[in-house]
Amino acid sequence: MPAINRDLLAPLAPGGHGYVLLVVFLSAIVSAGAGAWIYQIETGMGQTNLHPPIFWSAYIASFVYWIGVSHSGTFISGVLRLSKAEWRRPITRIAELMTIISVVIATLFVFYHLGRSWRWYYLIPYPNQREIWPDFRSPLMWDATAVFTYATASTIYLYLPLIPDFALARDRIGGWRRPIYAALSLGWQGSQQQWQALNTAIRIITPLIVMVMISVHSIVGYDFGMSLVPGWHTSIIAPYFVVGAVHSGLGMVAIGLYVVRRTYRLETYIRLEHFDKLGKLMVVMTLTLAYLYFSDQLTVWYGKVPDHMAVLHSVMSGTFAVPQWTMITLIYVLPLLTLTIPAFRHWPLGMMLIGLSINVGMYIERMLILIPPLSHPRLSYNWSDYFPSWVELTIMAGSFALAVLLYVLAVKFVPIISIWEEKEGHLHGRESQ
Amino acid sequence: MSAGQEKTTEARPHRWQMVIDLDRCTGCEACVVACHAENNIRISGAQEAAEGRAINWIRIERYWEGEYPDVKAKFMPVLCQQCADAPCEPVCPVYASYHTPDGLNAQVYNRCIGVRYCGNNCPYTARQFNWFDPHWDPPLQEQLNPDVTVRQNGIMEKCTFCVQRIRQGKEQAEREGRPVRDGDITPACVQSCPSTALVFGDGNDPDSQVAQMSKSRRGFHLLESLGTHPAITYLKRLDE
Repeated sequence: MPAINRDLLAPLAPGGHGYVLLVVFLSAIVSAGAGAWIYQIETGMGQTNLHPPIFWSAYIASFVYWIGVSHSGTFISGVLRLSKAEWRRPITRIAELMTIISVVIATLFVFYHLGRSWRWYYLIPYPNQREIWPDFRSPLMWDATAVFTYATASTIYLYLPLIPDFALARDRIGGWRRPIYAALSLGWQGSQQQWQALNTAIRIITPLIVMVMISVHSIVGYDFGMSLVPGWHTSIIAPYFVVGAVHSGLGMVAIGLYVVRRTYRLETYIRLEHFDKLGKLMVVMTLTLAYLYFSDQLTVWYGKVPDHMAVLHSVMSGTFAVPQWTMITLIYVLPLLTLTIPAFRHWPLGMMLIGLSINVGMYIERMLILIPPLSHPRLSYNWSDYFPSWVELTIMAGSFALAVLLYVLAVKFVPIISIWEEKEGHLHGRESQ
Repeated sequence: MSAGQEKTTEARPHRWQMVIDLDRCTGCEACVVACHAENNIRISGAQEAAEGRAINWIRIERYWEGEYPDVKAKFMPVLCQQCADAPCEPVCPVYASYHTPDGLNAQVYNRCIGVRYCGNNCPYTARQFNWFDPHWDPPLQEQLNPDVTVRQNGIMEKCTFCVQRIRQGKEQAEREGRPVRDGDITPACVQSCPSTALVFGDGNDPDSQVAQMSKSRRGFHLLESLGTHPAITYLKRLDE
């Protein structure tokens, strides 16, 4: 099958002027973000617009958002691999790369957030003379543990199916990259024994990664759920976070599919049926998320506990009504109005736009989880309001640019579609005919 | 007996408590000033105050009641409630916020890394964060209290019940070979209150003024239903 090798290794060729320009442009934004962070460390957290009682905001919201996006890979790839869905084949790698990169970006936001980021290692349980360990009663420690596990597991999960593809790249691509591919392919020769070992490894890690994925975002939810803050203290927050994460993750996959397909002319591999299937999955997630959201808000509204009602009023008709209704439109109304039409799901550009709409909406949603509840503590004397400062906005933009930059660079090194799995799919297709 | 008083029988030599008589508070803020002077609280300035970042370990909350022209201003001093079951403690990942053997909620400044979860989880918004490095216009730096740490940028801080004075009082009593007497220890806010609205003492000493007053029928705890078991008892206003 030389055509498939040629097509799917083509993106690894050095990029043209446009590519270099894009990298330079993204690097510029990343540098701006890095500059803003250095400025914040030098002068103090006062460069944000945080103030009591709002001690968490844009950085933590971004952390939650990026952890959410990372669920693209694990959900699409893990769940679909488990269920042996054939249509997953061209999508898994695109999604898994997103996972790794978004976990990295999310972790960065933890560091932006720390008041003394240079003392971050107090979070690590290392033996020390004073015999102080981190406090594992704190949900933040659960979170640190979960994110570390998730980052490790999803790196392995990305790497395993890459081994045969690295071996292919080693054999087909010369130059300075050959020794790197050779090292990364771990001496892969494609023997029967090696294939068996690889398939067993993938079979073991796939269910594990799905469980880790669910636990990670549940624990991110617990960061809020375990507190006493009205509006956070709810048992539905863990499943709500997981489903919300998958929602934004699927949206991001739609964007990725569209861009990769268009840039590298992969129409024969990423076909309209893939957009269609993805669209159906997105409808399921939209409805599930809407159901959880409705259950939560209805309970608050019916209960009429004043502390909780203050938060609900502020989002439904008060200070935060504009972002709230924008969010509802972007993540529930628009996806449901469009994705339920079969013809729309076969329109790649439209699918990309809906993915964008969901992601913008989910970013706002993460902000709305943080800010309105914190703005309304029980002693109403302390009520307040918040909008990110330019330092926060620059750091957020820089981190976003870094995510795109890492992806753009990764595409030049990692075959963006799993070549051997694609071939396997072709064989399966032939056998079943 | 309220839920807040169940914990008074803990096997601790002292249980430091405060009573705030809202009927006596005039809202003069002498306590706020005294606290600033005693505890090296940074001077925030107009700009930071406007941004809501003025650090106060004790503040006078002002609530308006009624409609104009029949309006009443009600004052309520709020400081760290030194909860027996403090929501700020378990959420700290590095034990910076912890319960001392004396039953106080301590903040260990050099352990704090500034995740600020404690600030979110304190229902009284009593915790404050250092958004910048501290600064005192000369000659104010000359009056810093040598018994109290100056806090750096990036960490949380809050009322300590003037732990330096508690320690001083206990050491003095030990030197003189006697137990701590009621009135030996006075936090700065209590000392400076012109209307004696604030009373401090050892709740384990049944004859202390604070133990007597906290049994008052006017007594209540702030946000008592949350089960934080505060060490501060408020006494209701008596007007009308």
